[in-house]
Amino acid sequence: MPVLWIVAVVLALGGAGYVLGRMRALASADGDARHLHSLPNYYGAHVFLAATVPSLLLLVIWLLVQPLVINSQVSHMIPAEAVSEGSSIGLVMADVRRVADGLDAAVTAGAMTQEQAGSIRAEFSDIRQRLGEVGVALGSDVRPEVLKAAQRYRVLSGRYTLFLTIAAIGLSLAGLAYAWARSHKDFRARNVVESAIKSLLVMASTIAILTTVGIVLSLIFNTVEFFRLYPVTSFFFEPTWLPSFGGGTDSDGNPLSKLGILPLLWGTLYISLIALAVAVPIGLFAAIFLSEYAGAHTRAIAKPLIEVLAGIPTIVYGLFALLTVGPLLVDIFGEGGMLGVGWMQGGTAVMTAGLVMGIMLIPFVSSLSDDIINAVPQAMRDGSLGLGATKSETIRQVVLPAALPGIVGAILLAASRAIGETMIVVLGAGAAARLSLNPFDAMTTVTAKIVSQLTGDADFASPEALVAFALGMTLFIVTLGLNIFALYIVRKYREQYE
Amino acid sequence: MSDATAGTAAPQPSGSKKGSLLQQDARTKRRNAAESRFKFYGVLAVGTGLLFLLVLLWAIITNGAQAFSQTFVSVQVELLESKLDKNGNRNLEDIKKVSTFGYSPLVQNGLLSAVDQSGAETPLSKGKDMKPILSASAAAQLRDYVIANPDKIGETVEFRFLASSRVDGYLKGRVTRESIARDKNIDAAHLDLVDALLEVGVIEKTFNWSFITGSDASDTRPEAAGMGVSMLGSLFMMLVVLGLSLPIGVAASIYLEEFAPQNRWTDLIEVNISNLAAVPSIVFGILGLAVFIQFAHLPQSAPLVGGLVLTLMTLPTIIIATRASLKAVPPSIRDAALGVGASKMQSVFHHVLPLAAPGILTGTIIGLAQALGETAPLLLIGMVGFIASNYPEGVMDGFVSPNSAMPAQIYEWAKRADPAFYERAWGGIIILLVFLITMNIIAILLRRRFERRW
Repeated sequence: MPVLWIVAVVLALGGAGYVLGRMRALASADGDARHLHSLPNYYGAHVFLAATVPSLLLLVIWLLVQPLVINSQVSHMIPAEAVSEGSSIGLVMADVRRVADGLDAAVTAGAMTQEQAGSIRAEFSDIRQRLGEVGVALGSDVRPEVLKAAQRYRVLSGRYTLFLTIAAIGLSLAGLAYAWARSHKDFRARNVVESAIKSLLVMASTIAILTTVGIVLSLIFNTVEFFRLYPVTSFFFEPTWLPSFGGGTDSDGNPLSKLGILPLLWGTLYISLIALAVAVPIGLFAAIFLSEYAGAHTRAIAKPLIEVLAGIPTIVYGLFALLTVGPLLVDIFGEGGMLGVGWMQGGTAVMTAGLVMGIMLIPFVSSLSDDIINAVPQAMRDGSLGLGATKSETIRQVVLPAALPGIVGAILLAASRAIGETMIVVLGAGAAARLSLNPFDAMTTVTAKIVSQLTGDADFASPEALVAFALGMTLFIVTLGLNIFALYIVRKYREQYE
Repeated sequence: MSDATAGTAAPQPSGSKKGSLLQQDARTKRRNAAESRFKFYGVLAVGTGLLFLLVLLWAIITNGAQAFSQTFVSVQVELLESKLDKNGNRNLEDIKKVSTFGYSPLVQNGLLSAVDQSGAETPLSKGKDMKPILSASAAAQLRDYVIANPDKIGETVEFRFLASSRVDGYLKGRVTRESIARDKNIDAAHLDLVDALLEVGVIEKTFNWSFITGSDASDTRPEAAGMGVSMLGSLFMMLVVLGLSLPIGVAASIYLEEFAPQNRWTDLIEVNISNLAAVPSIVFGILGLAVFIQFAHLPQSAPLVGGLVLTLMTLPTIIIATRASLKAVPPSIRDAALGVGASKMQSVFHHVLPLAAPGILTGTIIGLAQALGETAPLLLIGMVGFIASNYPEGVMDGFVSPNSAMPAQIYEWAKRADPAFYERAWGGIIILLVFLITMNIIAILLRRRFERRW
């Protein structure tokens, strides 16, 4: 029975349970709801939850575990010599699953009977063609052992799905019966239902932790895998980034690709520095003007307008960098440009990406600094003005020093944004990894290389693809560190005045 | 000190002998100049910020507006029986055997006769010479029509074909006679002919509905590319995000705000949520690739997977907004509910949550708007790099079959070599921004309409 049907049946049982439980509770109180401990609906909800929640939980766990169990039972059928050079047992198992799915599709389409699908032999008939007819494309001919494994796979998954159906519906019925039997006027249904709902709420709140765990695990496993194929020291200290197309190793067994992170880190830092050099002065002065000088009217118009810059998707900035800012800069700094300096070869450069990213970061700096400047107590300003300082002297010598830790926090948050930004650098910074000081050279960043290494055709088990996870790990740790540090500074500062 | 004494006993800076309130000394002038300079820097900064916004919007609108108009060629095509249905029995199987190559001469000859009728003088006298003017999709359009209406074979039917991207670009000013000097796809003679045909109305530029509703096209046919399919992809993704992140986010916020005890576990959850809000979006893409595609074997490029990844990204936003609006409901409401005998759970679900609903909704819409424009994680789960040319066949198919999404489609166009696609990319941005602006306006209106100050 397909999973959707199981879910539907379980839900239907739950619905029936709701009605039955409510009726039984009311009957035990002779139809007078005032004699019940809880409102009648709670008795219904109690039976509904008992009939559905355990059963659906079982379903989810079963579906997660079943492929693992079947894999381990089937994979020993594949002899070691069937796994060809450059392939792995995982790839062969993927083939097995595809053939099994194909056989299922063939049976559904009526091209094969259930019996044929179970007994067909690769030696005697062309499986690939027959599956192709029902729309299942296979990359290569099916080897006999793969077909046998696929048939075994089908048998096992069919058997387990039957078990699952029986178990899920049985559990649902058992829960229904148990809860129904407990539905009595003295039963505290509301307390039970509420604690069940509360545990659902707790589960929802742990999703955040699960996400973090998922991120960390997926990064760690693949990073460890990468470092098994590629030396750690070369990754961190080699000054070249030059992935070779086919991958492979030289005669000494060293990988041909040179995957040093230094040029990428340099590009990332350089672009972020330019972005901050644009965003910090503009954002900070805008925040000072809006919080200290501007009237309520100007503030009400200008502040939301600047914040619009933060709501624009980064793909828009990326396109703006690639198609507007890049060509404009080439016209000025390029060969035969307005300045006649010829510093810039193409539109994609550190400067292009940095400038556009700076525009994107202005609202981050300005809104956060604005909040922090507003949090400085008015008494400090009044004291300074009362001593005869001008407004600007008050701001520079009293307000800004008091707000400094918070502003530093805001700048650090903006820096973490800049380091993790992807679309602007993918489109605007170029693809060449180099260690250069010229801001008009094309360079590349950690994020841009994550994208290019994972969207290419590289084999997933090769160091060329796995390096993206090591890069992601570096990125995650750096931005996480910056964020925690920034939040720490901001929090610490806020406590001073509240 | 009274005003009367101010004139005579004004405080004098030490070292300066003749100080006067009426006449500023050099130092005061300097300080005042510094003051107005400082203020001017502030104005300058705000002005620069606004200027950037204006330039950005101007670039989007001027570049993108052209994607919404398109050049069409009206052609009378004679559907020759001898070419399309040699047996003459209108057997659909036989008609289908004629490929688009069989149809292109018909289209080209049709255009040639239109040129003859218009009386335009041109050195182009063969049917094949007309090829650069018409889109490569014209023959396919004709073939689809014939297969749908086999009884029209033998008649002359008027069609509106897409003009080729070079002709389209010429009418929009993107392609000029200078720029095509080394272009082997089109000659200056063709442009002269286009000018002549424009005058007689065979070629015209009209509003481009198919850009909004159509599907993506291959590298060689930028004139046929549209956003429709990727909009559907985005829609299905947003359905997943809404269906998962709203209930989970609200449940998590209720727990953290109303029930959670102050302990290490709660602290851990809160630290996690604030950190997730700041994790770079590309890292979520890596998570999606590793967990949903490699580990759980969900289909690649599917809106379902994109929606799951974006859900994880949107959750912190929704949780933060929901907690803020739950916090804004005054404790007196809870106390009153508890006072008349409601349980804690009842007070939350019957009283606090409905009062917080507008704030929650606003936060959700803003979170969805963020998710709609997010691109980087979609690149990693494979929503780019192929041509989203088919509409999904149903609701289930819409969730699991490969599709693109609006920002991914824009990125895809920006990467292609033909500048005709850049215009489409800008146009796509206009559509994307229209959605974002609408969502934000709805959020603002909701906030204005329902927000209560306690």
